[in-house]
Amino acid sequence: MSRRAALSSLPEAIADLVHDGDTVALEGFTHLIPVAAGQEIIRQGRRGLTLVRLTPDIVYDQLIGAGCARRLVFSWGGNPGVGSLHRFRDAVENDWPVALELEEHSHAGLANAYVAGASDLPFAVLRGYAGTDLPAHTAGVRTIACPFTGERLTAVRALRPDVAIVHAQRADREGNVQLWGLTGVQKEAVLAAERSLATVEEVVDELEPRPNAVVLPSWVLTRVAEVPGGAHPAYAHDYYERDNAAYRAWDAVSRDREAFGAWLEALRAREAVA
Amino acid sequence: MSAPVGGAAAVGGGAAAPAGDWTADEMMSVAAARALEDGTSCFVGIGLPSTAANLARRTHAPRLVLVYEAGAIGAKPARLPLSIGDGILAETADAVVGVPEMFNYWVQPGRIDVGFLGAAQIDRFANLNTTVIGGDYAHPKVRLPGAGGAPEIAAGCGEVIVIVRQTPRSFVERVDFVTSVGHGRGPGDRERLGLRGRGPVRVITDLGVLEPDPDTCELVLTALHPGVDAEQARPARARGDGGGAMTAPPERREVVR
Repeated sequence: MSRRAALSSLPEAIADLVHDGDTVALEGFTHLIPVAAGQEIIRQGRRGLTLVRLTPDIVYDQLIGAGCARRLVFSWGGNPGVGSLHRFRDAVENDWPVALELEEHSHAGLANAYVAGASDLPFAVLRGYAGTDLPAHTAGVRTIACPFTGERLTAVRALRPDVAIVHAQRADREGNVQLWGLTGVQKEAVLAAERSLATVEEVVDELEPRPNAVVLPSWVLTRVAEVPGGAHPAYAHDYYERDNAAYRAWDAVSRDREAFGAWLEALRAREAVA
Repeated sequence: MSAPVGGAAAVGGGAAAPAGDWTADEMMSVAAARALEDGTSCFVGIGLPSTAANLARRTHAPRLVLVYEAGAIGAKPARLPLSIGDGILAETADAVVGVPEMFNYWVQPGRIDVGFLGAAQIDRFANLNTTVIGGDYAHPKVRLPGAGGAPEIAAGCGEVIVIVRQTPRSFVERVDFVTSVGHGRGPGDRERLGLRGRGPVRVITDLGVLEPDPDTCELVLTALHPGVDAEQARPARARGDGGGAMTAPPERREVVR
C-alpha cells in the first residue's frame, strides 16, 4: 500500500472530509475527545449529519445545539459527573433547533458494531439487550440463533461511518499516529470508517515506541492535523488534565438557548485552531 | 461472594461517628461500601457507586478490584474521580483495556463479581430505567442519558447492587422504559432471557435496604438505617418492616469529606 495520510490544517481536513449528510463518528471515551475538530464542523456549518459516538458529551451537545445533526447514534448522552446535556435534551424533547432522530444502544452493542465495521463483517454477535426495551426502538438490533447450538443471541448491525475523527497524542511526519492511556473505541472507529482524521497534540520527527500504545499506521488514515489542546476540556494523557471546571461551567450555557446562542456566535467569530 | 445481609453488621468494630454527624446520603454510601467483600471485583459507575466502592477500598476491603467502564481494571485512585475516565484511573490501574475488550472479555463472561448501578426509576422487581420518563420514546417528557454499560452489567456481573435515593418518583409500579433488567416480571424471567448473573441482590437507599424475596423476586424491606422507621423506608406497594435489622451507624473512618 502506498497510500499515506496527508498532513494538513484542521479547517482544510474538515472541509475535505466532512460533507453535509455524512455519517460522522468522533470518538474518544472520556479521554482524547476530538473537541476542536467537532467545533470546526460547527464553524464550517455542516448540516444533516448523522453523528455517532458512544458517549456524546459537551462537544456533541454543541454540534446538536448548532443544528448540525439530524440523527444521533449513541449509548450514553450526558455531561459526565455533572448531569444532563441540555442542548441534546432540547432537541429530543422539543425538536429545537431541529428534530433529532435517535438510534440508541448500550456501550457493548455500539462498541461491537464498530468492531464488526472494522472487521468488514455485516454484524457483530453478543449477549446483550435481552429483556430491555432498547431493541423495540433500535433497528440495528436483532435476535439470532447460534448456527451451532441454537442458542438465542443478539446481533448488532455493523457501523461503517463515512468519516471517523479521533484525537491522539502524537504523529510523525509520515502521518503514523500514536495514542495511549484509555483508548476507548478509537482504533475500531478509524478502521470501520471510509475516511478518517486524527488530530494530534504534536507532530514529531520520530515516534518513540511505547508499551501498549495504539499505533494507527499512516496508511489507514486519510488526514492528520496538528491541533495542540485539541481535546480540551477533555484530557490528553501526559499532556494536560481534564478541565473539570469547564465541564461544570458548560451546564449553565447549555441550559439556556440564549446563553448557548451567544456561545455559538463567539465560537464562529474565533479563528480556527491551527 | 455473599456479604452480610443488608450491611446490617458493623464491619470493623471501629469508633462510631457522633450521632447526627452524617447525612442520609453518607449512610447510603457507607451501607453500599460495606456490601463489598474484600478481594472481589466490582464494576463501578460514577457518582454514588464510585464513592461507595472507593470507601470500601479505603476501609475494610483494601484488595477490592475497582473496574471502570472507560477501561481501567484495578484502579486505585487516591482521590474521587469526577468522571469514569479520569486520568488517575488509568495511571493507577493494573490493566488498561479498550471498550470492546471491557465488555466482551470481562463483563459478558461474568468475570466481574459485583455490578453497582443507579437509576432514575426502579420497579418492585428491581428493573431499572435510565432512558426516558413520560411521554413517548421519541418525545419524552424527560430525556435521560441512556443505557451506557448498565444493561450488560445487569446481565453479566455475578450480582448487582442498586443504589438509589428513595422518592415517590424513583420507586414506581412499572418503569417507563426497561433499560436494565432486574428480575423481569418475576421468578424464572432471568433464566428465560438468558441473563447469567444473579441480578439485583440488594437495593440500598438513603433510608434502608431492600432485597428480593427468594420466592417472588419482589423487593422487600430488610433493614432500616438508624433513625428511620419502616413507614418511611418502605416504598409504596413494597412489603416488609426491616425485621428489626438496623444498619450500623457510620464509623468515624467511614465518613470521608
